[in-house]
Amino acid sequence: MNIFMQGILWVLDPAHYGGVDGIETRVGQHLLISVGVLAVASIIAIPLGYVIGHTGRGRSLAIGASGAIRALPTLGLLIIIALVVNVGLLAPFIALVVLAIPSILAGAYSGFEAVDRRGIDAARAVGMTELQIVGRVEMPLGLPLLIGGLRTASLQVIATAMLADYVGGGGLGHFIFLGLKTNDYPQMLAGSIVVILLAILSEVLFSIVQRLVIPAGVTAGRPQDVRVKSTRSRAALG
Amino acid sequence: MTWLFNNGDLIGQLVVAHLLIAIPPIILSFVISVPIGWVANRFSWSRGTLLTVLGLLYAIPSLPLFIILPLVIGSGLRDSVNLVVALTLYGIALMVRTSADGLASVDPDVRQSASAVGFSASSQFFRVELPLAGPVLLAGIRVVAVSTISLTTVGAVIGIDSLGSLFTDGFQRGIAVEILTGIVLTIMLALGIDALLVLLGRILMPWVAVNSGRVARRERRRTQRAVTA
Repeated sequence: MNIFMQGILWVLDPAHYGGVDGIETRVGQHLLISVGVLAVASIIAIPLGYVIGHTGRGRSLAIGASGAIRALPTLGLLIIIALVVNVGLLAPFIALVVLAIPSILAGAYSGFEAVDRRGIDAARAVGMTELQIVGRVEMPLGLPLLIGGLRTASLQVIATAMLADYVGGGGLGHFIFLGLKTNDYPQMLAGSIVVILLAILSEVLFSIVQRLVIPAGVTAGRPQDVRVKSTRSRAALG
Repeated sequence: MTWLFNNGDLIGQLVVAHLLIAIPPIILSFVISVPIGWVANRFSWSRGTLLTVLGLLYAIPSLPLFIILPLVIGSGLRDSVNLVVALTLYGIALMVRTSADGLASVDPDVRQSASAVGFSASSQFFRVELPLAGPVLLAGIRVVAVSTISLTTVGAVIGIDSLGSLFTDGFQRGIAVEILTGIVLTIMLALGIDALLVLLGRILMPWVAVNSGRVARRERRRTQRAVTA
């Protein structure tokens, strides 16, 4: 039988559900790590990106820092943190937050930068305060690009969270590392198939949200590809 | 620190192994992406499909790709060919759009002038379009190079030797210096290759002024202002 089919059958086998090593448990862990990382990274990166986007200051610093992170191997970062804080979830969590920040940051500030300057001048002319300009002009208009940044970050995090289990952090990587140890190819394939499905799901969800958040009335000058040109364009790791 | 002094040979071997895996994908993705980018521009109906489909490659997480690829190309799981092909695919995913954009950025007037003065289609491509798209292509391949060198380390978790082996080995033996050495060397390799590419760009494209980036940005801003005014 085709070994690829065996992988699919492994995913469908009811014996592989339920319990600590059940597929649904591992998917749950994987999603929980990914969502948690995106939330923490957003809390750090979005306000920072908004400040950079609104004031126009610190942009080159942000680009430089993002470029430096691009060269940093995430696997090494994850392992060195694991050695310091011990095995478990914390090390992958920190490493993934570091990985996710540049894309979200770029989404936040490029969203603000993409707003037509005349719109902002008009907002100021009709008497809006700076805070109102940020909250009622720049934030809604920049939202599609911010979601684009989150989309890139989500893909990278879901992919790289596969490495979490290397230091005992759980998630879908478990099937790969266990499969490697026991030479169980179908199990490795199963883990791969499930995470690819998750990655595709994330892409689909975010692309729908991106369409939904474009403010009504913004049709002229609508960005054709609202995916952020990540300052960290690199293949998803993990 | 004693680990560092006692393992110079190992480190040297791993640097070489790392480069042997990382460099072919950088070259291959350039050589493969430029013609695809050309096709995407020449036949506009193919542009959307080509760029979308190849961009999707980028959505496949690398560890799963390393697992699935051997089934497709028939290599062994721990074969470095496996890693080279996977990294090439990622390089293409990043580079095709840049190639298409770069070649599209060549001024149509220049293209028409070239054909008017008698350049054949192929010499027009090699002697007019390719050099003029050069700076954009260089920017693209620099991104590919840095990310490829960093991504090569992931192969270590499935047992393909590279500087990433210093991470896995250091983790199992609890030697922080070993892991740090791996991180620092990976970053140094990435920066080194990046600097080499910049140098290559200077040699191949001497007409690009040193501060062309700044000039280009200023130019772009000026045209934008002209358009919005």
